[in-house]
Amino acid sequence: MKRRDLGELAFRNLREAALRNSLTTLGIAVGVASLVAMLSLGVGLQNLANDRLSRSGLFDAIFVTPKSNNPTFGRPRNEIPEPTGPPKPLNQEARKEIETIPNVTEVYPEIRFPTEIHYDGNPFTTVVAGVSPSGKTDGSFDGMTGSFFSSPAANEAILQIDFARQLAPQQPYGLIGKSIVLRYAEREALPPDPGDKDSGSAGFSIVPKEQSLRIVGVIETDPAGGLGAFGRGRLFIPLQVAETLRAAQTNDLRDLLRDSPNQKNYESLTVRVSGASKVKDAEDTIKKMGFTTYSLLDATNGLRLVFAVFDLFLGIFGSLALVVASLGIVNTLVMAILERRREIGILKALGAADRDVRRLFFVEAGAMGLLGGICGVAIGWLIGHAINLGTNIYLARRDLPAISVTAVPWWMVAAAIAFSIFVSLAAGMYPASRAARLDPVQALRYE
Amino acid sequence: MTTSAFSNGQAAIRLHQVTRHYQMGATLVRAADNITLDIGAGEFVALLGSSGSGKSTLMNLMAGLDRPTSGAIFAHDRNLAEMSSEELAQHRTHTIGIVFQAFNLLPRMTLEENVELPLRLAEVDRGERMSRVREVVERVRLGARLTHRPTEMSGGEQQRAALARALVNRPTILLADEPTGNLDSATGDEIMNLLREINESLGMTIVMVTHEQPRAERYAHRLIHMGDGKVLSDGRSS
Repeated sequence: MKRRDLGELAFRNLREAALRNSLTTLGIAVGVASLVAMLSLGVGLQNLANDRLSRSGLFDAIFVTPKSNNPTFGRPRNEIPEPTGPPKPLNQEARKEIETIPNVTEVYPEIRFPTEIHYDGNPFTTVVAGVSPSGKTDGSFDGMTGSFFSSPAANEAILQIDFARQLAPQQPYGLIGKSIVLRYAEREALPPDPGDKDSGSAGFSIVPKEQSLRIVGVIETDPAGGLGAFGRGRLFIPLQVAETLRAAQTNDLRDLLRDSPNQKNYESLTVRVSGASKVKDAEDTIKKMGFTTYSLLDATNGLRLVFAVFDLFLGIFGSLALVVASLGIVNTLVMAILERRREIGILKALGAADRDVRRLFFVEAGAMGLLGGICGVAIGWLIGHAINLGTNIYLARRDLPAISVTAVPWWMVAAAIAFSIFVSLAAGMYPASRAARLDPVQALRYE
Repeated sequence: MTTSAFSNGQAAIRLHQVTRHYQMGATLVRAADNITLDIGAGEFVALLGSSGSGKSTLMNLMAGLDRPTSGAIFAHDRNLAEMSSEELAQHRTHTIGIVFQAFNLLPRMTLEENVELPLRLAEVDRGERMSRVREVVERVRLGARLTHRPTEMSGGEQQRAALARALVNRPTILLADEPTGNLDSATGDEIMNLLREINESLGMTIVMVTHEQPRAERYAHRLIHMGDGKVLSDGRSS
């Protein structure tokens, strides 16, 4: 029989027992919906975690230090190579060199220094941290009251709420738009000592300076800036401004002991790449340049494994409903064989081959699977949206930003429908072959 | 056995030492027992006998709905006993038309759809189907009932519809199993007249199973009496 005729006959048969076939199809739809809802939750949570973690700078960042700094990083002592010469300085030149590595999007030092703030005539001690431009988009300042820095060079500040409460205990958010004065110690290079022929430089002096800043935001949380970034600060300023200030930091004393104390060396640099998958290549290149690197690449792989297992278990639980629904298909089709026994006999008497009868039942099972799959995906998608809606209502009541905890990507739609058809065809295999094997003489005698 | 004078000389169906045995519990039922006979092309043959005589079994064997335990059945020189189930299905589609006592129309289909069904199975082009259906429905004088379902037709109309369905693939052999068994006398005669008309105008071989001797004598060319799975007598109708 031609495919079109087979399809027409199958749909006619399905229409005949509309209630029973609809209920069977609904059973499949519920099974598929359960599978899609479970998987969409798994994929949604994975996307959310990936997004949050990648934006946090933990997984697309490489922490670079000079070889002499923190050589062990947890490695056993016998695995640490012997130093072969003086360590390569992590200075401005090295920073520019790292910036040229493919897929590197940002290289910034960790700038954090103690300072004194003057506000309303009173002094307050705190720690200033420089924030790189990526801080605007990486989620570190999500939920902040006010706005991010208007430009990388703006003399603006964001306060951590604890520090804001020190400045204005009654109305910490009222500080937005106000000005504060930052008092800090600037590192100023000294001219070489003409009497000392052995040394090229005399080092540097510490000079007190002041900088006026306008407060643009107050953040409640402690922004996580990723590896070696601006975490633990209480007052945040643009990194470019922080670098311009040339404020003295804790490692500056070490520079005095070097041959060129006036050349600024970084204690560490944070290198951001365009994606977690690009970390390894960039990390290898930086290592070859003579620096020590550290990234959470292994942790990312571990996280992927955790989510793969998580998705697998959600998929298995979701599939259970589909397996139960497939028993409904078997039941429906076996019942159909009993009811249509005589009809099968007539079809065979009129010239239908076993293959035609088998295909007819297969098409009926497949059609129920297709329809159940489509409806199931739609229901699963709606369940996902309901979960999102419920989650966001809950988050909104706690003044937290909206998120999406479920996701139904196109591959899931296609896979769920294909899986539904596959399960339905597998369920239809036994009834179809039983119908095909029916003895026409016996079937025609059936009343 | 030889074909009758009404045949064109060629055998449409030849049965050679055909047996069909069933095991029913401990009993072996010999539904067809070493039957040899030829049915000529164009003949109208009536298989007569009481219930359980083996006439329906013989018809099922000729239709390719059943296989013999031993022996050979030739339809246009092709041995049905050696055919695969696929080939038997082809035989039923193209060579054989079957009419049943209980009509066996599909109740959810209209007359038109019922008659079209064998054309679907034979994979006849959609464009050709309608003309074939109308042609055969006109022949059985049911042109006005095309859109009616079987439940909306009388017994005689249903049997005529079944006849149209059996003829639509233009088979060379028509097998009719008690075609008037469910009909009153007048309607039965109407069907028999149609069968005779088909036999005479199309030259189609007709094998009819019946237990109505007078009607068989009136319409068939040849009467084959069966009993206990054997051919008891085979002769021309008076």
